[in-house]
Amino acid sequence: MRTQLQQVSTRFSITLIDELAPERDDLLFVQVEKDQAVPFLTWLQELAGYTHLVFFTAVDFIEEGYFQLTYMVHDYSTHQDLAVLLKLDREDPVVESIHHLWPHAATYQQEMYEMYGIEFPGSPRLHDDFVLEGWDDLPPMRRDFDTRQYSEDTYFPRGGRKSRDTAEYMKEQLYPGEAETW
Amino acid sequence: MKKDEMNEQIAQIDKAMRLGNEGLSDDQKAYFCDQRPERIDPYHGILERFANWARAESLWILGFGTGCGAIELRPLMTSRYDMYRYGIQPRPTPRQAGVFVIGGYASVKTMKRIVRSYEQMQGPKFVLGLGSCTINGGMYWDSYNTINRLDHYIPVDIYIAGCMPRPEALLAGFNRLKEMIKAGQCDGMNSYAENFDWYKKNQKQIIKHWNMPDYNW
Repeated sequence: MRTQLQQVSTRFSITLIDELAPERDDLLFVQVEKDQAVPFLTWLQELAGYTHLVFFTAVDFIEEGYFQLTYMVHDYSTHQDLAVLLKLDREDPVVESIHHLWPHAATYQQEMYEMYGIEFPGSPRLHDDFVLEGWDDLPPMRRDFDTRQYSEDTYFPRGGRKSRDTAEYMKEQLYPGEAETW
Repeated sequence: MKKDEMNEQIAQIDKAMRLGNEGLSDDQKAYFCDQRPERIDPYHGILERFANWARAESLWILGFGTGCGAIELRPLMTSRYDMYRYGIQPRPTPRQAGVFVIGGYASVKTMKRIVRSYEQMQGPKFVLGLGSCTINGGMYWDSYNTINRLDHYIPVDIYIAGCMPRPEALLAGFNRLKEMIKAGQCDGMNSYAENFDWYKKNQKQIIKHWNMPDYNW
């Protein structure tokens, strides 16, 4: 598979990343450019045998300023996994939809729109509620969303118990007269 | 003339006392009741004590597992813990149930269904908060999606602390609930009716997509 990918690496402008899973022979990581992602995935599905989309997810790298999308595809004949990584600008999170290749990707995209605010133009039911009903704040899985602050503002936090130093408390409660002599 | 004015005033007061049902569309409003819940005074003396004894000995719980804590209800049904010997049994619909066990964390999405199910239950009804998450949010205390305090949304009669509480703790909680019912201390339905506006305000603060009637009869 490695040679096959190296052959098309200039065609799809992909780079293999070896350091991510060095202990596994059946898992490869590939970095792809934004405009080449869908042609590359189409080639993987149609010609290279990667017929199954295992998952499709996003990670927020706020310090570097991008979302990393991961398309994990699987080849049933060789039982090879291939993770296709795509860096997406945080300021302009729009990427091509892949629901025409794998229909169940629409659900992943719906969830990613709700949790990260990533747009997939043309994806079915994209703007419908998925888990959060009537959410009107920043998408909650973005790392600049302060979940603790939101929880404190919204959900009536119950104050914690007062914690005491056990020895001091015993002195005060049980032996109030002798506390000074200890 | 005077009678007409009086009738008009009565109609206005009546309208002000009714619920707005703003979450519903105009053609849906016709299908739902807009009356507020009212306080129902208990009987007195031996009649009330008898009724409370009967309520305490037939706790029918709503089979709605709202969180991970619902897994603790399964061993209760089986022969090892056998909750049926205490007169506790699960029922499939809110209309037949008298006890609502909130099993652990409640997300906002579930909270909407909890409110709806709670309001549809026939009174007198009791709520048992199971696990730390219902008390103060538990391990999800800073989550954007789970509530922290259940008693701000529906009245809670008894909490069982723990994450998770064992079935024994649950049985102890049920027995404590029985004692409280027999002593006439479980008045959650009336406190819900009396503080209805406060509960609704809290519920609507978190349930943004409110597309149900204000009170589900």
